[in-house]
Amino acid sequence: MIVDDLADVRTGDKGDDLMIAVLPRSARAYEQLSSTLGAAEVAERYGLVPSDVSRVLLPASQSMVFHLRGLLAGGVTGSNYLDGHGKTMGYHLLSLPIEGPGS
Amino acid sequence: MSDRSIRLGAGAGFAGDRIDPAVELAEHANLDYLIFESLGERTVAAGQLRRLQDSTQGYDPLLVPRITEVIRPALASGTTVITNGGSANPLAGARAVAAALEQIELPRAVRIAVVTGDDVAEAVRSYDPLIWETRQPVSEYPSELTSANAYLGIEAILPALAENPDVVITGRVADPSLYLAPMVHEFGWPSDDYELLGRGTCLGHLLECAGQITGGYFADPGTKPVPDLDRLGFPFADVAADGSAVISKLAQAGGLVDERTCREQLLYEVHNPYAYLTPDVTADFSGVSFAEVGPDEVAVSGATGTERPLELKVSLGFVGGYTGEGQISYAGPRAEDRARLAADIVVARLMRVHGIAQEDLTVELIGTGASFRGSPGSHSGTHIPEVRLRVSGTFDTQQLAKAVGWEVESLYTNGPAGGGGARTGSSEVVSIRSASIPREAVNHAVEVLEVPA
Repeated sequence: MIVDDLADVRTGDKGDDLMIAVLPRSARAYEQLSSTLGAAEVAERYGLVPSDVSRVLLPASQSMVFHLRGLLAGGVTGSNYLDGHGKTMGYHLLSLPIEGPGS
Repeated sequence: MSDRSIRLGAGAGFAGDRIDPAVELAEHANLDYLIFESLGERTVAAGQLRRLQDSTQGYDPLLVPRITEVIRPALASGTTVITNGGSANPLAGARAVAAALEQIELPRAVRIAVVTGDDVAEAVRSYDPLIWETRQPVSEYPSELTSANAYLGIEAILPALAENPDVVITGRVADPSLYLAPMVHEFGWPSDDYELLGRGTCLGHLLECAGQITGGYFADPGTKPVPDLDRLGFPFADVAADGSAVISKLAQAGGLVDERTCREQLLYEVHNPYAYLTPDVTADFSGVSFAEVGPDEVAVSGATGTERPLELKVSLGFVGGYTGEGQISYAGPRAEDRARLAADIVVARLMRVHGIAQEDLTVELIGTGASFRGSPGSHSGTHIPEVRLRVSGTFDTQQLAKAVGWEVESLYTNGPAGGGGARTGSSEVVSIRSASIPREAVNHAVEVLEVPA
């Protein structure tokens, strides 16, 4: 099972930081991802140290936000990458294998 | 407070956005306000450069067509148009709009209110604030400051709305403030009612990216199919005096509005949903929830807020040098190997022949997972039928920037085999940084232009 089986993502940027909102598609998926998809897992997925990633849980909207500090180094006007905003990067999280009933 | 509700429509979500969805809203949605958010940090800084070269320029190049295409239906339905498309030169933008409107047959005179005061370059030079990203004073930044624009809030827009305008043109204001200002103007919300300001700011945040909440940027054919994206409609909201609201779209427009599209947009570019800072309020989106109340109709509830930040955020533009790039494709057997060899050749030559440092170059092999910038697990590891090499960098001189594209293009005859579709480019860039300054350093003002019928 991968994250894509349970949730959608929306990526946004602010300066050098990338924000990835994870939006589980059901209450059960929210429970499962709250317990299996933490800041440490996301940091490893993007090659960051755990202290560069934080997670905020939002029970009201059944979603979570990951804040990845410094991932975009230079921001949209200082970075030479084709996708300076890192808008494509959130989908990398969707192919992360996670523990679940189907795995 | 009044019992009626007002209807706010989103006419643009970024500088380059489409115009026809705004015309559709102006003609059919019976809006009270139509709001064009059309500024990014880069677009303001780029506008400042154009203004330096020509004092009549610096506003959004699409400002005039946006206004002229919606003005007649807007006047017919009593819709006030609000836009930040004045960019780096709101007054010049308003004059250009006025000149264009004089060429159009209008049913009556048009009042344009212009908000100025976001240009705070002088104040920034004298306060010399710390740059957030580098923790150094502006005066110690290694390149020259070319622009400084404060994010103004509703305090700057409300005096413009009091002038009974048909069009309000601003420079840099916080995006949600474009939406919050008409709510405060219409309902008379007190400036210290943080719960109402939080609700209004949340609605502004949800609407300001236009087609993103109607299923545009949301769409994924596998997991999130959205109908008729080629005629994606933009959203509007009916807002009541207590800040409760329903977000919707025109029935005939493409796209969709549901709990999922709203939830995704709520968290877009928000790093702390408990404290979303604007010039007007510290909004709290953590308790927001959505309820589908009809076809493509979603009710929003649960936002609140606390006191606004003491200082105003400022977007700083610095001389950023020149960026240059070159791209070329390889396909078929060993496509990735040949692209890698090509990259090695280009980098070696840029270093040896042009004296460029390797760390100033970015190499991407498009098609191999390059979007993920080397994150673990980003390379598929299997045969890839085609790979596009992109080499890029930013330099002090245009000559060095152009050398990057030149060295990529010269792979045509010098190999490796089978390279094709080379493209090159170079352009001047602005570096964007952020800081904050005291509110009293900003002097906002309103000027009114009247276009006769």
